Amino acid sequence: MRHAFIDQYSDLDSLVHQLDPRTKTLVVLAFVLTVMATPPMAWLSLALCAILIIGLILLARLPPLYALKRSAVVVPFVLMIAIFLPFFEGGEVAGSYNVWLWRVSVTYDGLIVLWNVIIKSWLSVLSLILLSATTPFPRLLKGLQRLGVPRVMVMLLSFMYRYLFVLADEAMRLGRARESRNLGGGRIWQIRTLGNMVGTLFLRSYERAEHVYQAMVARGFDGEMRTLSELRFERADLWFGIVCSLCLAVIWLTALR
Amino acid sequence: MNVIEIENLSFSYPDGQEALKDVSLTVSERETVGFIGPNGAGKSTLLLHLNGILRSENGAVRVFGLPVEEKHLREIRRRVGLVFQNPDDQLFSPTVFDDVAFGPMSMGCPEEEVRQRVRRALEQVGMSGHERRSPHHLSVGEKKRIAIATVLSMSSEVLVIDEPTSSLDPRGRWELIELLQALPLTKVIATHDLEMVRVLCQRSILLDEGWVVADDLTSRLLSDLPLLVSHGLVPPPR
Repeated sequence: MRHAFIDQYSDLDSLVHQLDPRTKTLVVLAFVLTVMATPPMAWLSLALCAILIIGLILLARLPPLYALKRSAVVVPFVLMIAIFLPFFEGGEVAGSYNVWLWRVSVTYDGLIVLWNVIIKSWLSVLSLILLSATTPFPRLLKGLQRLGVPRVMVMLLSFMYRYLFVLADEAMRLGRARESRNLGGGRIWQIRTLGNMVGTLFLRSYERAEHVYQAMVARGFDGEMRTLSELRFERADLWFGIVCSLCLAVIWLTALR
Repeated sequence: MNVIEIENLSFSYPDGQEALKDVSLTVSERETVGFIGPNGAGKSTLLLHLNGILRSENGAVRVFGLPVEEKHLREIRRRVGLVFQNPDDQLFSPTVFDDVAFGPMSMGCPEEEVRQRVRRALEQVGMSGHERRSPHHLSVGEKKRIAIATVLSMSSEVLVIDEPTSSLDPRGRWELIELLQALPLTKVIATHDLEMVRVLCQRSILLDEGWVVADDLTSRLLSDLPLLVSHGLVPPPR
């Protein structure tokens, strides 16, 4: 089956696509650090961050709706963590409610923390979407390796990229096989078969790992992953790096005031 | 010259299951030999001994005269290319290029030579121009071809291949058989696809339950109907 890959749209052509993956990785890293370091009430700085990243996404000719949808994926996770913050922070009370037996108060400080978490994670995720959607994953891996990311991490990511969808297909086939013979039965039984499926999937992955390792050893694998690097910094990388650094510097300045 | 020599090889898996029992055989240069037998006969286990992925205390395996032991493994694995049955196991890199380049890179070839080897290997299997694709998006037939290219790029002298025609449609199967026929290497093919064996292999070795049951010219072996029936390779006549 065909899947929308992690790096969907990475074969488009734009200035951002042509950049060296290392340039983009470093710029995204700097961007995330800037966002993290900006105080939550520095509206101007946060607005500038948003403008910068949205501008880059448009420059890369990514469909805005796609970026928005992808970034929405993190919302549930962030909400899960952050939703209770307003209730536990101390400070001036914004509102009080009676919930059954308890009296619950929301504080302004708590709301600020919530806002802080949501806006920062959203901006950071947008920048990661920009990186992953404009860089074919294999190139991104090469960039990470050249930037000195430990080899084990790069190999893990590489195997993940290669086998994620092989596993997804396998899970789908197991699911179909189950559905075809599933004619009802109690809820407990249903849950138990689901558990068995997960177990089967784990065992198959384990066996596959064994086979893959054999295939690697058969071709002379000795623990070291060698790849050819066809990465080169171009003039565009220099300009892009300078312009983005300047923008980020301006954002730092506005935040300091 | 004998490329592969196996003497009285026995092997048991850690769970005690005996997979090979007193196997002796030879494969000579430029020969194409079929290892045939039903499922569970020990074909795949035997293949894994040919480049030292599995090693046994009992019996001896020699490849190009070198005993299969730690200090010769590097050379043996370069000269014996093993292609696994499931191409999703064989192809583990993010792109076709990276996968075909894996062998030459681990041999330590310089960059320009790696590129040349990849180009030539892909040409040999008719897959030039697919370098940047992800293995996940290839058809089964294409994956099998690339899997063969991954060992051709190492200039292996022996191609050891497990069930090359499994899960291929008739056209893909014939294309693959023709491809194998055109490769000028020593070939060891494990399969129960008797039609392919008839086309490709001068000699065949019939394995069942870990034993070598027969070792003969393919034409003679495949015309011994009672033998094939008793080892589950053709249905009993009615």
